[in-house]
Amino acid sequence: MKATGFQSVASTFREIKSRAESQWRGLRDGGKSVIMVGAATCGRAAGALEVLQAIKRELKKQKLDCPVVEVGCMGHCYAEPIVTISKPGYPPICYRHVNPVIAERLVREFILGDDPCLEFVLAALEENDLVPSFSDFPRAKFEKKVILKNCGHIDPEQIEHYIANGGYSALAKALQMQPEEIIDEVKRSGLRGRGGAGFPTGQKWEICRNALGKPKYVICNGDEGDPGAFMDRAILESDPHSVLEGMLIAGYAIGARYGYIYVRAEYPLAVRRARIALRQARKLNLLGRNILGSDFSFDIKLFQGSGAFVCGEETALIASLEGEPGIPCYRPPYPATNGLYGKPTVINNVKTLVSISHIVQNGAEWFASVGTERSKGTAVFALAGKVINTGLAEVPMGTTLRQVIFDVGSGIPGGKRFKAVQIGGPSGGCLPESALDLPIDFDSLTDAGAMMGSGGMIVLDEDDCMVEISRYFLEFTQRESCGKCTFCRLGTKQMLEVLAEITKGKGKIEDLDMLSQLAEDIKAGSLCGLGKTAPNPVLSTLRYFRDEYEAHIKEGRCPALMCQELIAYYIVPEKCERSCDACVGTCTVEAISSHPKKRYKIIDQEKCVKCGTCVTSCPPQYNAIVKLSPPGQVPASK
Amino acid sequence: MDTLGSRAVFVKLPQRPADNGLHRYAHYHIIQLAAMVMTEEQAKVKQQTKRILNRFGRKRGNLIPVLQKVQGKLGYLPREAMLEIAEFLDIPEIDVYSVVTFYNQFRLNPPGRHSIRVCLGTACHMKGGYITLDAWKRRLEIDRGQTTPDREFDLDTVACVGCCVMAPVTVVDNKPQGKVEPTKVDGILLSFKLEKERQGEESR
Repeated sequence: MKATGFQSVASTFREIKSRAESQWRGLRDGGKSVIMVGAATCGRAAGALEVLQAIKRELKKQKLDCPVVEVGCMGHCYAEPIVTISKPGYPPICYRHVNPVIAERLVREFILGDDPCLEFVLAALEENDLVPSFSDFPRAKFEKKVILKNCGHIDPEQIEHYIANGGYSALAKALQMQPEEIIDEVKRSGLRGRGGAGFPTGQKWEICRNALGKPKYVICNGDEGDPGAFMDRAILESDPHSVLEGMLIAGYAIGARYGYIYVRAEYPLAVRRARIALRQARKLNLLGRNILGSDFSFDIKLFQGSGAFVCGEETALIASLEGEPGIPCYRPPYPATNGLYGKPTVINNVKTLVSISHIVQNGAEWFASVGTERSKGTAVFALAGKVINTGLAEVPMGTTLRQVIFDVGSGIPGGKRFKAVQIGGPSGGCLPESALDLPIDFDSLTDAGAMMGSGGMIVLDEDDCMVEISRYFLEFTQRESCGKCTFCRLGTKQMLEVLAEITKGKGKIEDLDMLSQLAEDIKAGSLCGLGKTAPNPVLSTLRYFRDEYEAHIKEGRCPALMCQELIAYYIVPEKCERSCDACVGTCTVEAISSHPKKRYKIIDQEKCVKCGTCVTSCPPQYNAIVKLSPPGQVPASK
Repeated sequence: MDTLGSRAVFVKLPQRPADNGLHRYAHYHIIQLAAMVMTEEQAKVKQQTKRILNRFGRKRGNLIPVLQKVQGKLGYLPREAMLEIAEFLDIPEIDVYSVVTFYNQFRLNPPGRHSIRVCLGTACHMKGGYITLDAWKRRLEIDRGQTTPDREFDLDTVACVGCCVMAPVTVVDNKPQGKVEPTKVDGILLSFKLEKERQGEESR
């Protein structure tokens, strides 16, 4: 297949682009203030929709006619809800933790008046003399936004915003190239799949292009099942067209006719925005028959996954698209030759596809100039857990973990000590402080016992128990195992039971060797990535934090004071204020009472469910409630 | 319909008692009787399912989208709906059942009026999601995957809703609520109780 009429593609696209640009300019330079509200799922959970309503209400009250735009996620999730106001004569300014009251004030004092309300400012988008900008943040030195370039700056429900910001021009350029040239470009760029395994994308495409069979398919894997990872969700919610563009280029390069976007049903907003994007692209003939006047035809359907972690594995995903239970098959043959309905199929992760348009637009050399020897480009991480700046971070490959956690993420809140970072979700592992100077790329993380995975990064501090977290991940993979391979189905169950015993203080020291043995057997005896990586959290914690396992087994003590069976809450009588009833009132099970004579509070250990509510309720000046491990340390009450 | 009484896959049959002639068929009669009593609700389920099916092609690949639509409409997947879907797509009923029980999204029992989904993603777990789940269990007196006897609440867990920043998260009636700790559980339940009382007064 070859796109004919290069002239017509270029001129058709130029027309679309100039229309989009004039609309974008109309919004930007219309002489009015533009208000942008970050309304992705993270923003909404923090109350962005209430803020949006408050702004609209106040604008109406003040009889102001300013465009209010719902944008996606900028990655600064710790500061949500975020509102950006671009007022003529001022730089565009972002406000953090906006609530309806602050929103009304911003409308009255900044838009109507001239006070930029500096007390609520997060940063400005551009450098200026008035307020610090994002580029002044220490993290700016380490970040490089390629995949997340548009996220939070455009309205995801307006295709014109995307086109005016350079969108779809890579598609127009690609349609004027030969498919082989594109594949060659992608190969030279060194792009590796961002889903976790890191298979070279260009090679996958080439195999699929040369495979016999028609029609061919392109599938976008947005089944982001890793608990703790939300990059794909943020991209689909904030910049869905960039995913479509990548799929279109992939489709043209391999000679496909149909595409599927596979999104988790747990992401309703991502599903909605992808649907809108598909409709808009179809309207502008960027999708459908004879795209932009070329003879390339391609259509995309949206498919909602139904909540099975294993469906992130490509053969399971295909089974699920075909209406079967998502059970993986033996590979080879790989989907690139025998995929959906037995036809050649390319399956790429959301972030891989978004990178494609940047490679086509800027060239393979540009992409390959970022990153390390064997891992090119940037990596997107979802930072969560015990870290100050939670949210999304995009850094060049080769950045160290320390830079991501302490410079981009600003370190651990509450002055606590860093203990470990969990990378790659249930397939990854926990890396200790000693591994923090490791440059991040596909190979170094695997060597250290973790895995790039899809990019979830959970930071753990001294209050997190490593035995408990490996038990948690194993519980997850055990529940999500499809049951096909015996080792994965029964082996993970055995490991889980042993770990659960350890967290209850009933473990035996021989269990530790048994766990490592079983882990190796499960890795060897499982077909797909789920089973092959399921023991990783246990292996990595055993490797780096064996002392914690031993404390649980030998002393019945949880060093992090987390395992519920091994701790007890105790009110220190000397510290208790006696006339204060805060803990008594908040206890959810009425387990706290006063000492009949001395009035200090006592916890009834029989009734206590160890929820920790009393600790938060005890006023900080007394700080009388402590956790003790093992529970036997609690003195008998007099 | 009559051929389906013998399929134990959809209905939990009572334990078959000693194999004497009288009891052998007794529970089939009970089921038949129950089926006759429930015809009205069944007919409604069937009708609603059919209406949804009309919008789809008879392709096996449509099975999951069909199930999602039907559950979206009915709140769960009753036996009659699954039978109807199997017939429409011309596949064995057991295939529909195996898909329904494989994926976490599908449920076989009716939902409560309010859905409580406790997030147990990594970030939520580390910040005490399991404690929150315990609090919900204690207050609603049900386990995960169950509905309260008055069909007011159903409790379940979800792997991750992707707003790890607000951990621990509970999704109440499809709205993610951040920082839900045991005291906030009580607060949410109280607000539902107050709303119900207010509605009760208004309708009086």
